[in-house]
Amino acid sequence: MALLSYERKYRVRGGTLIGGDLFDFWVGPFYVGFFGVVTAIFATLGTLLIFYAASQGPTWNPWLISIAPPDLSHGLGFAPLKEGGFWQVITVCAIISFTAWALREVEICRKLGMGYHVPVAFGVAIFAYVSLVVIRPVLLGGWHFGFPYGIFSHLDWVSNTGYQYLHFHYNPAHMLAVSFFFTTALALALHGSLVLSAVNPAPGEDVKSPEYEDTFFRDLIGYSIGTLGIHRLGLLLALNAGFWSAVCIIISGPLWTKGWPEWWTWWLNLPIWS
Amino acid sequence: MTLHGNLTRRRLPLAALAVLAGSATLAGCEVAPKVSQQNGYRGTGMDQIYISDSEIRDEVPAPPYELPPPGGQSAGEVYENVQVLSNVSVDEFNYLMAAITEWVAPEEGCAYCHNPANMASDEIYTKTVARSMIQMTQSANNNWSDHVGATGVTCWTCHRGNNIPEAVWTLPGEPQRGIVGNRNGQNEPVSNTAYSSLPQYAVARYLLGEVEPEDIRVVSTTMHPTPANTITTMETESSYALMMHMSDSLGVNCTYCHNSQSFSAWNISTPPRATAWHGIRMVRNLNGSYITPLQSIFPDNRLGPMGDPYKVNCTTCHQGQNKPMGGVQMVADYPALQSPPQSGWRPSQAAMDMIMGPAADDTQNGVEATD
Repeated sequence: MALLSYERKYRVRGGTLIGGDLFDFWVGPFYVGFFGVVTAIFATLGTLLIFYAASQGPTWNPWLISIAPPDLSHGLGFAPLKEGGFWQVITVCAIISFTAWALREVEICRKLGMGYHVPVAFGVAIFAYVSLVVIRPVLLGGWHFGFPYGIFSHLDWVSNTGYQYLHFHYNPAHMLAVSFFFTTALALALHGSLVLSAVNPAPGEDVKSPEYEDTFFRDLIGYSIGTLGIHRLGLLLALNAGFWSAVCIIISGPLWTKGWPEWWTWWLNLPIWS
Repeated sequence: MTLHGNLTRRRLPLAALAVLAGSATLAGCEVAPKVSQQNGYRGTGMDQIYISDSEIRDEVPAPPYELPPPGGQSAGEVYENVQVLSNVSVDEFNYLMAAITEWVAPEEGCAYCHNPANMASDEIYTKTVARSMIQMTQSANNNWSDHVGATGVTCWTCHRGNNIPEAVWTLPGEPQRGIVGNRNGQNEPVSNTAYSSLPQYAVARYLLGEVEPEDIRVVSTTMHPTPANTITTMETESSYALMMHMSDSLGVNCTYCHNSQSFSAWNISTPPRATAWHGIRMVRNLNGSYITPLQSIFPDNRLGPMGDPYKVNCTTCHQGQNKPMGGVQMVADYPALQSPPQSGWRPSQAAMDMIMGPAADDTQNGVEATD
């Protein structure tokens, strides 16, 4: 793959966390590094295990393939491969490859002298996954509580797990997470449309500067968050969406076993009006 | 040092706020140890998570004394005016009366139902009610074993030492008119809807005779409404509300009975759904055959705003446990409550007699007491 003219300038040596110069090279446009190798190995191994585990199951229908976690009786121990062991090994592969991918991002940040915002943001996504398959299962005392790896089956799991709390929309952390997801989409739509409107002026006119963008929002709502600020806001909204999603499932079971509507009785029972 | 001191002072309120917010958050949590149970194939999420001590076996009152051996004269031969327990031996009859007093009227004693000067008299209405309740208990144990199993029920299952069981219900009053402050029978967080915004009186809709129990199922089998299925989404709210009532009264969640992949499909539901199916029909029968017929004999302070007597729902027995009292088989000590209801006495006829005098005909087309 051809090297873009300016790319050579940024292909700098060093900044690795592990392995020194050994893996400090590029394959085409991709930086490799020690963590690139780790990601490649575990992502491949995990994917192959998914295919092998699927081959041991009853169907090749891609919608219905499901690799399920172990029975509750196995607790936090190892399960035989075909009784949830595959799920355990695949989970380990996934966590290793996701984490290595984040650390590869760290190495690239170090090479370029940038802040660590990208790996931190990806770390929140990893945290959300780990919440589902490690933190909550450990708190509940069994790998059984992880979600199954399958397109339909993981949706069934979400549905049944939600109905364990009668009405999951009353979960306060779920409320926050959903609000942040919607707000993220709204902010991205506003930002994207604003940028496109500024760079697509009427024929014959110049592309408009950020001052125009700021003025648009000052005219509209009296305030513009600014070109840097919108990206800070976007990061804040998106990370909170992932973070509160993780919180809403960690508290369901380990810290609350009844219906979520009932949780709100603390509000009704406040001494102010009860 | 000054700078450090200032910083500390400035951070203190923040730290205090954090501690306050943290403890307020934890106050809404259940930190007690949990137990969990797997109800379906692994990975389907068919699980129950309980607080460890929520399913303990209750302390129930011991029998008044050792159960007298069977045989001897029957209560009907020894006492006057014994209607629903006349076949029981007189020793067991006295034993059961002592137990019922402790279960239902521990403070008032025998005089809660009987005139102490003439125990045979029917002048106090509670005695007629008690006859109907004894038949109701016998019917639950004999005709509804698909629901009560071998565990059975006694008066204690509902009464727990109270004249009136704690969890009972009556029909709501006249619907409110106008729109100001009118919540239209919903949006009131009560235990009957597990504190959700769903309609509060779904129990009345399904646990009396108003609709067929089959109509609890609101899931359509076709994409569009058909003449055979005109159920609207409004009905789903009542159905959901009834299910919330059942969940709340049993201390279980939806997946205790259902797989949410299809709530209506029996082949992926759990066995307790069948028990609950019989339970809904049992409650309808108990309300319709043993409680509603007594309406005319209850005094005003024993009736709801619509003039109907206090009735049974799932909570009346279950009281938060999926097996009432943690599954204690209390009825084993009371054989008389396990025998089928004696024929010849019907609640509707007895109520009529109290109002009109014993000569009046039973013109009500009431349900037979013995099913």
